[in-house]
Amino acid sequence: MNRITEIFKNNKALITYLTAGDPDILKTEKYILAMAKNGADLIEIGIPFSDPVAEGETIQNAMKRALSKNINLDDIFGAAVNVRKKSDIPLVFMTYLNPMFFYGYDNFFRRCREVGIDGIIVPDMPFEEQEEIKCFTEKYAVTIVTLIAPTSKERISVLAKQAQGFVYLVSSLGVTGVRNKITTNIKYLVAEIKKVTDAAVAVGFGISNTSQVKEITKYADGIIIGSAVVKIIEQYKDNAAAKLADYTSEIKKAMHKSNL
Amino acid sequence: MSKGKFGIYGGQFIPETLMNAVNELETAYNHFKNDKQFNDELKYLLNEYAGRPSRLYFAKNATEKLGGAKIYLKREDLNHTGSHKINNVLGQTLLAKKMHKTRIIAETGAGQHGVAAATAAALFNMECEVFMGQKDIQRQALNVFRMQLLGAKVNFVKTGTKTLKDAVNQTMREWSSRIDDTFYVLGSAMGPYPYPEIVRDFQSIISKEIKEQLFEKESKLPSVVIACVGGGSNSIGAFYNFINDKKVKLIGCEAAGKGVDTPKTAATIARGRVGIFHGTKSYFCQTKNGQIAPAYSISAGLDYPGIGPEHAYLHETKRVEYISVTDKEAVESFEFLSKTEGIIPAIESAHAMYYAMQLAPKMSKDEIIVVCISGRGDKDVTMIADYKADYKDLQ
Repeated sequence: MNRITEIFKNNKALITYLTAGDPDILKTEKYILAMAKNGADLIEIGIPFSDPVAEGETIQNAMKRALSKNINLDDIFGAAVNVRKKSDIPLVFMTYLNPMFFYGYDNFFRRCREVGIDGIIVPDMPFEEQEEIKCFTEKYAVTIVTLIAPTSKERISVLAKQAQGFVYLVSSLGVTGVRNKITTNIKYLVAEIKKVTDAAVAVGFGISNTSQVKEITKYADGIIIGSAVVKIIEQYKDNAAAKLADYTSEIKKAMHKSNL
Repeated sequence: MSKGKFGIYGGQFIPETLMNAVNELETAYNHFKNDKQFNDELKYLLNEYAGRPSRLYFAKNATEKLGGAKIYLKREDLNHTGSHKINNVLGQTLLAKKMHKTRIIAETGAGQHGVAAATAAALFNMECEVFMGQKDIQRQALNVFRMQLLGAKVNFVKTGTKTLKDAVNQTMREWSSRIDDTFYVLGSAMGPYPYPEIVRDFQSIISKEIKEQLFEKESKLPSVVIACVGGGSNSIGAFYNFINDKKVKLIGCEAAGKGVDTPKTAATIARGRVGIFHGTKSYFCQTKNGQIAPAYSISAGLDYPGIGPEHAYLHETKRVEYISVTDKEAVESFEFLSKTEGIIPAIESAHAMYYAMQLAPKMSKDEIIVVCISGRGDKDVTMIADYKADYKDLQ
């Protein structure tokens, strides 16, 4: 059916995140393609926001760097157009509500459709507030990715039932960022979600190394890596393409091994 | 379904991680707000500990000097800890205790809410952490020492504009990382539902008392009630019980900073537009790309780029008039009230007082203005001295 669900079909999916405009928008295009060529199955593109309350320091700083260069939504849509000329990889925006609201929801999702953005992750929009954008995402066939957290408890069945694309299972309390240890019972949460939906479950927040990846892909259909990717970009700035390629293929290899 | 709307404003725009926490809060609040024992305990604390009811003082000297309407001051500055913030903090902390929470966290701008939270935590024997912007820590050092003396841990927020906005971000992040034992005591009439309602209800004692006290003294309603507005807690409290009294004019004074036509302003209604931020849909100061714009005001308590959702609604329905007062004007009324009445108001409250000074001479002697003096000005004295020195240098 759509590009997002395809990636989970015969495969544990690797989803990687980067912040648009860090270090600049041309590099963002290049880094998306580098990860796409080396094993990433879906790319999550973060739209910078001045006050990202769900992000840890790594992504906060990346957004700050991007905003210091006056990146705007039209630049980001432009980058997506260029990526689409070279790749069919599914693309999902991660954005807070305000930049979309300001741009105009109809405009925003029409552009998503035009440039080939497949879905959207909105950290400050819980299920109860989906009405805010739902008529536009439906009109332009953009998938809203459902977030489920370790604190969701009895909400899990309600949230999972309406999931489209995939379920983004938040691995830990708190904000995004690399963690040494993930203490949540991922196996249990995935099972709870699977009771009510056939949608794939990808786990994110805190994942960075191959041993975490091997462990989590025992239960989950995919993993999402954000801050670890952003840290590579932070360190290597304009010259991160090769490092990102290496890192992506290393993680992807670990996922294959855990499948055997 | 979306909850907690005032017209199109309000809602619960927060991460999924926090949704169960706000739902639990809603359930607990709806139960305890009608619970006699809870209300008796809260009343006891407000009266015996915080010193309520606060006085409604007839400012005779100011009235004579301005030569028009009678001016009454609602003396929230006389409350324990020196501002209206204690009204809401005692309510929320008592609620936290009833919910078996052992730790409270709070954001603070000027430090008044942080001091109130630290005070309540000491009283209830709870752990307390306060988040405060680095810039505010510098300009409100006295309140930092007070919080530490009361046993609270003060976390310095060094991100973004290093003011109230960023303190709220960091408190929300902290809450999402530790929920089970922790209650977020939110200080302003903003944030996700049910906070705007909880804060309003706990602060509405201000307008309830104004009404009763003025009736006793003058046997009538005020013509005008004036309060300063940052996020909008003292103002919603001062307005709430007058909203249905259509003859009472309600005026909210925003901080214009260096002027509403400059970027150095915190006047959200004057300069902002509708947006979604800090859990709510309301008015926010924004850049041309939909980023939240840095706010500026001499007053750390009003230095916030948003306004509570109920205020947005009261603005839209024209029930409340929102005007803006500059730093310079606020300092002028700060000095006026100090010299005329022997009352040093918080620089926040001085914004409201300034507009009363403009309005009173244009009104008749049988009309009444009530100004909410939301806090006392001890915390601002050194900053005002610096401001005046700088201002003199410029001239």
